[in-house]
Amino acid sequence: MSNQDFHLENRKYVMGGVIVLVILIYVLRLFSLQLMSEDFKKNADSNAFLKRTQYPARGSIYDRNGTLLVYNQPSYDIMVVTNEAKDVDTLDLCRSLKITPEWYSKRMAEIKDRTKNPGYSRYTQQIFMSQLSAEEFSSFQEKLFRFPGYYIQKRSIRQYANEHAAHILGDVAEVSPADIEEDEYYQSGDYIGKQGVERSYEKQLRGVKGTEILLRDARGRIKGSYQNGKLDQAPVPGKNLTLSIDLELQALGERLMKGKLGSIVAIEPSTGEILCLVSSPTYDPHLMVGRQRGKNHIMLSQDRLKPLLNRAIAGRYPPGSTFKTSQALTFLQEGIISPTGTAYPCSRGFHLGRLTVGCHGHGAPLPLVPAIATSCNGYFCWGLYHMFANRSKYTTVQDAMTTWKDYMVSMGFGYPLGVDLPGENRGMIPNANFYDEHYKNGWNGVTVISIAIGQGEVCLTPLQIANLGATIANRGYFITPHIVKSIQGEPLDSLYTTRRYTKVAASNYEYVVSGMRAAVTGGTCRSANTSMYEVCGKTGTAQNKGHDHSAFMGFAPKDNPKIAVAVYVENGGFGAVYGVPIGALIMEQFINGKLSESSQARAREFENRHINYGLGER
Amino acid sequence: MVKDKEQKGVLRSLDWVTIILYIILLGLGWMSVCGATYDFDQAGNIFSFGSRSGMQIVWIGTSILLGTLILSIDERIYESFSYLIYGAFLVLLLVTPFLARDIKGSMSWIKVGSFSIQPAEFAKFATALCLGRVMSMFELRLDRTRDLIISGLLVLLPMGLIVMQKETGSALVYLSFFFMFYREGMPGSFLFVGVAAVFYFVVGIRFEDAPLLDLKEVSLGAYTVMIAIWIFSTFMTRLYTQARAPFWWMLGGGLFLTVSSALFAMYVLPFDLVWVQLGVCILVILYLLFLALRERLATYFYVALFSIGSLGFFYSANYVMDHLMGDHQRTRIEVLLGMKEEPRGAGYNVAQAQIAIGSGGLHGKGFLNGTQTKLKYVPEQETDFIFCTVGEEEGFVGCTTVLVLFMLLLLRLIHVAERQVYRFGRIYGYCVVGIFFFHIFINVGMVLGLTPVIGIPLPFFSYGGSSLWGFTILLFILLRIDAGRNRLKRT
Repeated sequence: MSNQDFHLENRKYVMGGVIVLVILIYVLRLFSLQLMSEDFKKNADSNAFLKRTQYPARGSIYDRNGTLLVYNQPSYDIMVVTNEAKDVDTLDLCRSLKITPEWYSKRMAEIKDRTKNPGYSRYTQQIFMSQLSAEEFSSFQEKLFRFPGYYIQKRSIRQYANEHAAHILGDVAEVSPADIEEDEYYQSGDYIGKQGVERSYEKQLRGVKGTEILLRDARGRIKGSYQNGKLDQAPVPGKNLTLSIDLELQALGERLMKGKLGSIVAIEPSTGEILCLVSSPTYDPHLMVGRQRGKNHIMLSQDRLKPLLNRAIAGRYPPGSTFKTSQALTFLQEGIISPTGTAYPCSRGFHLGRLTVGCHGHGAPLPLVPAIATSCNGYFCWGLYHMFANRSKYTTVQDAMTTWKDYMVSMGFGYPLGVDLPGENRGMIPNANFYDEHYKNGWNGVTVISIAIGQGEVCLTPLQIANLGATIANRGYFITPHIVKSIQGEPLDSLYTTRRYTKVAASNYEYVVSGMRAAVTGGTCRSANTSMYEVCGKTGTAQNKGHDHSAFMGFAPKDNPKIAVAVYVENGGFGAVYGVPIGALIMEQFINGKLSESSQARAREFENRHINYGLGER
Repeated sequence: MVKDKEQKGVLRSLDWVTIILYIILLGLGWMSVCGATYDFDQAGNIFSFGSRSGMQIVWIGTSILLGTLILSIDERIYESFSYLIYGAFLVLLLVTPFLARDIKGSMSWIKVGSFSIQPAEFAKFATALCLGRVMSMFELRLDRTRDLIISGLLVLLPMGLIVMQKETGSALVYLSFFFMFYREGMPGSFLFVGVAAVFYFVVGIRFEDAPLLDLKEVSLGAYTVMIAIWIFSTFMTRLYTQARAPFWWMLGGGLFLTVSSALFAMYVLPFDLVWVQLGVCILVILYLLFLALRERLATYFYVALFSIGSLGFFYSANYVMDHLMGDHQRTRIEVLLGMKEEPRGAGYNVAQAQIAIGSGGLHGKGFLNGTQTKLKYVPEQETDFIFCTVGEEEGFVGCTTVLVLFMLLLLRLIHVAERQVYRFGRIYGYCVVGIFFFHIFINVGMVLGLTPVIGIPLPFFSYGGSSLWGFTILLFILLRIDAGRNRLKRT
């Protein structure tokens, strides 16, 4: 071996060294890739895992007798994978789906337009047509085999069993960006309750979404579930709701209110459960389902009679004479009047100086019970006058006003009652500050006298009026009115099981009850009288810019009352014209479970008695 | 009787370490192919012949048969028939483009029955045999230019034919024979030339469009390459001639021109400084040629030749990039050099490969549990990018194990090559080491984002019969030659 060869043999170490060095560098590189950074792992997961939401079935809604009101109906979306649908006979497809070839071309262009459909991929399913009904779908399904690349995706939409109680039930629609912002539970495309119990009980009805982890390949195609679904979360179905509504009562109420604006609210006094909640005009809840919802919603919202407004809880009305009961209770409790001793004069009204509050003809002076029965304006005006002028009891008129307001608030006025429906109005109960600002030059009981007869600044919702009836029926307490009787597997909010006592003693209520009974037996509510049970009632005729509003508040039977009801018909005139007869029919329907033949005739009569509201802006 | 004895001798002197490493790597390779081709949808039998993992079993089985067959043939046949084998393969390579079908732009696959084979994979062992025969037949010395050129031509011939099949990746593998040339005495200066060429190419292309500081007229790439040619030539003159005066002249003169022109361009009138530096290079070349003639010393001439070659290479590299390369090859180079970055474009392969490997973590996701590779995020995952599957499913532990096994195999092969008594065996052995090393270096490197994306298989791992047979033949001929070393010593 030459020296050269020996020298060259050392080159094996150079070569071995290079090999070891390269492997070392690669191991270090692997170390940094695999152990130093979590980014690759995350990247890989978002690459390969598709977390597909599994939607739970939304809870169904029943009435108090178990009649189904709202349920889920399968609907079908037709999906298309454009890459697979190249050889489809387009004309045949259009015929089967009853669409025009123009519509087809337009829709296809929309699907492929990434500005309108950012998630477009020609390998994955895209929505071609959404929310097809079962009939529309079934004819297409038979021919589906002829259209490769077209698929069916089952979804469910909300469906209504009948056309009643639209305001109570509400509706669902796709979430708005604001909804998503507010609650991160929602994702684009989810449904959310927009109105009614669908909204107020959204959390119970919606259930809990599940997730299914799927594997997705580089082209976006689904390649099966990850680890056989071990990590999937099954959706939790929504809870069913049982409403306190009696469907038949609700239907009767809606019939009776046809052609009239206004509201009927009936409450079971012992539980605070709302038995019917009619707002007129109403609309058919089916209009809010499916592809036509958007269009119909716009149509209804532009209607000048405001059918979307739930007048029963969002309408503010002067309560008129129905409010006198609350005044009687306040004066009694404050000792301004004595139940039998005090009698105030009334010569066709309340006269003090130049001020006159008119009244109708009746015997005078009257004590409390007949004053209620005849709805004497004079009596209650004098009562308020004496209360607000009583400087031995109240240092200032403001002091008296505050006391008065506290009584009103304790009866559920001036603030939202807390009904389990969205959009409740608080009504209006003025306080001392309000008048201080309103009357810069000072004010007294005379200035604000009209509040004693439910006029002036006082406004209540029909629900608050009905609740007043329930409070009197209960002789001094109420349970917050609520529309949901029970939630599947969940107790009701304690708000809806707790008694709320007013500031008036139960004994004082008995005088008012007697007054309301007298109004039925021989006063303003005579037409509500019946031999079947003892009805108590109070009319209201609220003055108004146009024709007077007709109101009625009552309950029956007098002892162990089953139902308290408030009827409010806009521009209906005297309380006895619309309010009393409608209230009587509602009570009869609920207490007897049906109407007598003569009552049925009356119901038909009222159904057809429409009030002309003119064409003015309301 | 004689044959039996011989066979026993072969078995006794067979290098079992290599065989065990070979078997282990085959097993790990098969698992990776399973992982890479397993479909969650059709979670069928991984042994079924309908699947690629099932087919790979066939390839592995036939490879082992092939290996056994090679071991049973007298090793002297390989040496005797080496010219014939080499010649036959040259002819095969020559006709391949005419017989082959176009597969993704490559014309290297010939259909035989229901299978396709790639002659380029087999031409490697033929070339290695031929080199061994030629270089050992007479006292060939690679430090003699003539001998180096002869040997080089033996490599460049099949390489050129494979380039004609548009299989640049397989052609580049033939560069690995220089590994053996180095061991057999190729001067180190040739390696320097190689390194310089890579430097010119990378810097010149990468910074071609970048400006030199504020001078928009000057291409940073070209300017740097010109400076490098001048500096290299100057220092080579100093190193190889021991003469001092020319070195100082070249260094001083070049420095003066470079600095003064740069100052002029920066503060007086901006102009393209590359022309000045090209002038410096030309002056250096002329000076060297003048010295060569005056001193009658060939060394000056060689240095001048290096400078001319450098200039020529730099300018032709640009031309090749712009005019000769296919679009996808150009983008691959551009992505590798960091000139382009598109997650879904050409960089997509490498990016996805790194995501797949990175997501494996320490222990990996487990056999058949990888998501990236199975969901086809990584392209060519069962062939060129098979190492991703190892990374994702077996993690850092698995990757390191595979790399260490490869390292052990290569070091063992060096050992085997070095213990050959005759030069033929050693040369052939180093050819095998070089080829394996090149494949591992490039393939793993590209998956890790460290080397250019060149589509060559990872030995024993990548799916496919041709490459597995090719590697088996290479390895087992070496084992057979090695097993015969003792007998040859005797006779």
